[in-house]
Amino acid sequence: MTGTLDIRAIFRRFGLLVAILLLAALLASISEQFLTVGNILNLLLQATVNATIAAGMTLVILTAGIDLSVGSVLALTAVVTADVLQMGVPVPLAMLTGFGLGAFVGLVNGLLVTEGKIPPFITTLGMMTLARGLALSYTGGRPVTGLPQPFLNIGTTAILKIPTPVWIAAGIYAVGILILSRTTLGRYIYAIGNNPVAARVAGLPVKVTTVSVYVMSGVLASLAGMILVARLDSAQPVMGIRYELDAIAAVVVGGAALTGGEGTLSGTVLGALIMAMIANAINILNISPFYAQVLQGAVIISALLIHSLARQKTR
Amino acid sequence: MRRMTVLIVSLMLVFAGPLFAGGQAEEGEEADGFVLGLSVSTLNNPFFVTLRDGAESAAEEMGVELVVVDSQDDASRESSNVQDLIQRGVDALLINPTDSDAVVPSVQRANEQDIPVFTIDRGSEGGEVVSHIASDNVAGGEMAAEHLIELIGGSGSVVELQGIPGTSAARDRGEGFNNIVGENDEVEIVAAQAADFNRTEGLNVFQNILQAESEIDGVFAHNDEMVLGAIQAAESAERAEDIAFVGFDAVDDAVQAVEDGRLDATVAQQPALMGELGVETAMAYLQDESVDESIPVPLQLVTPDNVDEF
Repeated sequence: MTGTLDIRAIFRRFGLLVAILLLAALLASISEQFLTVGNILNLLLQATVNATIAAGMTLVILTAGIDLSVGSVLALTAVVTADVLQMGVPVPLAMLTGFGLGAFVGLVNGLLVTEGKIPPFITTLGMMTLARGLALSYTGGRPVTGLPQPFLNIGTTAILKIPTPVWIAAGIYAVGILILSRTTLGRYIYAIGNNPVAARVAGLPVKVTTVSVYVMSGVLASLAGMILVARLDSAQPVMGIRYELDAIAAVVVGGAALTGGEGTLSGTVLGALIMAMIANAINILNISPFYAQVLQGAVIISALLIHSLARQKTR
Repeated sequence: MRRMTVLIVSLMLVFAGPLFAGGQAEEGEEADGFVLGLSVSTLNNPFFVTLRDGAESAAEEMGVELVVVDSQDDASRESSNVQDLIQRGVDALLINPTDSDAVVPSVQRANEQDIPVFTIDRGSEGGEVVSHIASDNVAGGEMAAEHLIELIGGSGSVVELQGIPGTSAARDRGEGFNNIVGENDEVEIVAAQAADFNRTEGLNVFQNILQAESEIDGVFAHNDEMVLGAIQAAESAERAEDIAFVGFDAVDDAVQAVEDGRLDATVAQQPALMGELGVETAMAYLQDESVDESIPVPLQLVTPDNVDEF
C-alpha cells in the first residue's frame, strides 16, 4: 500500500524534473543565450516572488483551501511597508510591520473560514477585493517611490554571486519542507486536506491548523511583496494583480491536487521554475505577445494532463 | 395657523425661485450668445483640473458662458449632472465621461433634446457624439520613435516594451512607433515584448531581454511604468549608461526620473489643450461649421530641457 504511494510520488516528481530538463535542453538548442550562468541566475531571481507566494499557497491548498487574496495582500503590505520606511523607521521594524499586517490579514481569512464557515474561495475572494481597495485608498492610487538603500539591498545584492532573494526563497522552501515532512503541524495539514471530518473526529486541532496556514500564506505574500519592492525601488497599489493565479498554477503544475491532502513543496518549486522558464524563454526568443499567452496556457494544461495520466496509471 | 401660512409661503418662494432664475438665464443666454456645459469626470485629479482650466480660458476668450460640473468619478452623479445641464438648456454638451459605458444613457438623453454632444479624453460606447477630442496616441508613438532615433545617433538596436496586448493605447502607440522605426533601415527592433503597462513586468521582461541581446541602444515603452522598470533592470545589470530610454504619459515618477537624468524623455498629454479644443470644436459646430468626428490632440515631449515646466 505504501509502496504504490511512494512510486506514484516518485514518478510524479521525477516526471516534472525530466520535463524541466527537456524544456531547458530544447531552449538551449534554440537560443545560445538561454543556458548561460547569467540567464539561469536571472531566471531563478524572477521565479522567487511567485515561488515565495506559492509556498504559502501550497500549504493552504493542502488543507483543501485556497487563498485568492495573496496578490492584493502583497500590494497592501508593500505600500504600507514602503510608506513606513519613508517615515524613517528602521528597516527591520518596517519589515516587521509588513509581516504583521500580512499575518493579520491571514488571521482574518482563517477565522472567516473556520469560525464564519465561509468557503475559502469566497472568503479570500472578498479579501482580495478588500485588500486591493485598502492599498489603493492608502496611497491614493500613487506609487511610493524612493526607499532607503539598506532595504533595497534585499533585492539587489548577491551572496556568492547568487541573488539574495534566491537565498531567501531557498530558505523558505528548506524550512517549509521540514515542517511538512518532520513536524506534527505538517501531518495535521495533510490529514485535514485528506479528510477534514476524520481529522476532527480524531481530535486534531483542525481550526488552529487551518488558521495557521492562512497566516503563513499572508506572511509569505508580504515577504514576496518586500522582495519585489526592493528590486523595483517602488511600491505600487496595483502590483501583484493576477499573482494568486500564477501561484495556484505553480502549485498544481507542481503536482498538488486542489481537493487537498496531496502535493509537495518540492513539486511547487519546480512548478514555479517551469513558469519562470517559459516567461524567460518568451522574452529571449522574442515570441509575439499574442502567442506567448497561448504557449503559457498550453504548458500549464499539458503539465496537468501529465499529472492526471500519471495518477490514473498508478492507481 | 399664521405660522403655517408663513411656512407655506416661504416654501413656495424657495421652490419658485429657481423658476425665475431659469427664466432669467434663458434671456441672458439670448443676449450674450451660447452656453456650453462641461461635465468633468473628477476635479480630484490635476489632469482634469488642467483640462477644465483650458476649457474655461478658451470660453472666456470666445465670450461664451461655460457651466462646469464635477462628477467626482461617480457615474450616477455624472448622470444627474448632465441632466441638470440639459434642464438648464445648454446649447452643447462637452462630456469627459467617468466611464465609456456608463455615460451612454446621458448621451442619449441629450440626443433626445437635440443637444449636440462632444466627448473629451474618454469616448462614449453609444449614442450620437459629434466629435471625440482625445490625445493622438499614434502621433505620440511617432514622436517618441523620432526622438529615440535621435538619441541613439540615427542607427542601432532598439527594444519596444508593449502594453497589454489588444488595448487601444498599446495598439496606437505601437503603431506610431513602428511607422517611424519600420521605415528606417538603420534602426532595428531587436525585441518587441509585452510588459502589460506594469512596472514589475517591465523589470522582469527587460531583464530577460538584456540577457538575450548584448547590444541595445534604446528602449521605447508604451507607458512610463514599464520604462521605469526597465531602467531598474538596466541599472542593476550596469548597462543603463549605454541605453536611451523613452516612456509615455509623463507620470510624476517619470518626470522625476527625467529630472534625475535616468529617463531620457517621456511623452506628455496636453490636458489644457484638450479642454481648449473641446470648446473651440463645439463653438465651430454651433456656428454651422463642419467639424471632424475625431479631433486628435497633439502630445508633447518631456526632456531634460523642458522638464521644469511639468
